[in-house]
Amino acid sequence: MPVELEVRGLRKLYGTGPNAVVAIDEMSFEVEAGEFLCIVGPSGCGKTTLLKCLSGLMPPTSGMAFFGGERIDGPPEALSLVFQDYSRSLLPWMTVWRNVTLPLLANGIGKSQRAARASQALEAVGLTDFRDHHPWQLSGGMQQRVAIARALAYQPRILLMDEPFASVDAQTRGDLEDLVLSVHATFGITVVFVTHDIDESVYLADRIVVLDRRPTRVKEIVSVTLPRPRDQAETRELADFAHLRGHVFRLIKGAQVDERPPLIG
Amino acid sequence: MSRRAALLAVEILAPVGLLTAWWFLSLDTTSPFFPPLRTMLRTFWETWTWDRIQQDVFPSVVNFSLGYVIAAVVGIAIGVFFGLNRIARRATEPTVDFLRSIPAPAIISVFIIVLGFEDTMKITAIAFASTFPILLNTIDGVRGVDQQQLEMARAYKLRRQDEIFKIILPAASPQIFAGLRISLAVALAVMAFSEMFAGTDGLGFFIIFSQATYRVNEMYAGIFMLGILGYTVNLIFLATERRILRWHRGWRASELGAQGGG
Repeated sequence: MPVELEVRGLRKLYGTGPNAVVAIDEMSFEVEAGEFLCIVGPSGCGKTTLLKCLSGLMPPTSGMAFFGGERIDGPPEALSLVFQDYSRSLLPWMTVWRNVTLPLLANGIGKSQRAARASQALEAVGLTDFRDHHPWQLSGGMQQRVAIARALAYQPRILLMDEPFASVDAQTRGDLEDLVLSVHATFGITVVFVTHDIDESVYLADRIVVLDRRPTRVKEIVSVTLPRPRDQAETRELADFAHLRGHVFRLIKGAQVDERPPLIG
Repeated sequence: MSRRAALLAVEILAPVGLLTAWWFLSLDTTSPFFPPLRTMLRTFWETWTWDRIQQDVFPSVVNFSLGYVIAAVVGIAIGVFFGLNRIARRATEPTVDFLRSIPAPAIISVFIIVLGFEDTMKITAIAFASTFPILLNTIDGVRGVDQQQLEMARAYKLRRQDEIFKIILPAASPQIFAGLRISLAVALAVMAFSEMFAGTDGLGFFIIFSQATYRVNEMYAGIFMLGILGYTVNLIFLATERRILRWHRGWRASELGAQGGG
């Protein structure tokens, strides 16, 4: 598979001089086209910073990232970003429909195209009947599905997701994970999914980039060879799932600053 | 439901009771300054013929409306610019703070020198005085736009005009409306004052002229009319605000609900 996204020697500092804070020390990895890549690391390790650099919202201090062979120096086309806090990234003064069509409208896409794409995206996330609702009339999980529909309607080649399910309940979370998996399979898009949840990363990913604690580096890239399609009950029962989970858990525990004896894995 | 009905009844009955009490308590009064309500209302009825309304109320309404609309457009436009541009904001902040500290009646003197006693002067004075609350509230509202909404706009490559009209202005609209509301009172006050100070027509002129010629009942008729005008304008404003900010009430209710419910 060709490389869709390439991160090469990426480094990000906040501030300058001796007071500068190292958010990302040095990071290199590649994402293949069509791959589902999870990035997992201890909280506060600069995962959001990384995604902002990859989505072109923030320039790296040094190093670079390439999307489809082109250097990222601003938000690329064909890239959608799903934010962690859906309640802040959806616009409360617009209906679901207008939220989903706004990026299309603003990019000069014609009316019939807009309608077709938005309908398809809302159907993919199961919200066809809620197009005239406002986001605040929906539950948290449904709001995040609106955000996903907005991202899909944009027809990206790559979808970046920043801990998108961190603030929904466990049941909803499982449903949303399966939704993202089905979207990934149906639309054939590349997904980069940032999470702090180890189980989630193993359940979703083809490969997992495990990050070290500050200063942030890539600690290890773990291949997940679990069969697809995945299933919330069956996949999680597999011995391989437990092994991978334990492996990633130990990597992250080892990344903690204090060297307490490892918990029983 | 019955509770709401009871509250509505109180809301209606209290002013009616007040007027009734005033009516009966003032029946026998002989004070030249506070004539009986009955006389005041009769004068009101006799004064405000259609011709008279056209002559003295319409000019006021026109001046008020024009001045207010100009203030709204200018205040919001400059407010968005300053809200987005920190350097421009810092450069003009002292000037704006100084200008808005001058009481409107004082600045009218300048406008009279430059623009004379005509409607242009009155409209300018109304617009000038009522721009500041709108301007300052718009700046605050624009500065308070959620960064994540702006990041979303950038990530999805929204054009600048879409970012302004579809994100920044709606996001700032609750505060813009707060400013518009303050300016409504300011515009009415400056309207009345500019006519008292420099006028040959308009409600303010009618009130001050009646007072100067000892026609106390007419003076009250003018004041009542001004009150009715202000009250009506406020009702129209509130209805508009309710419509445009309906999303905001719903959103806030849900946010509070989410916080309370855990």
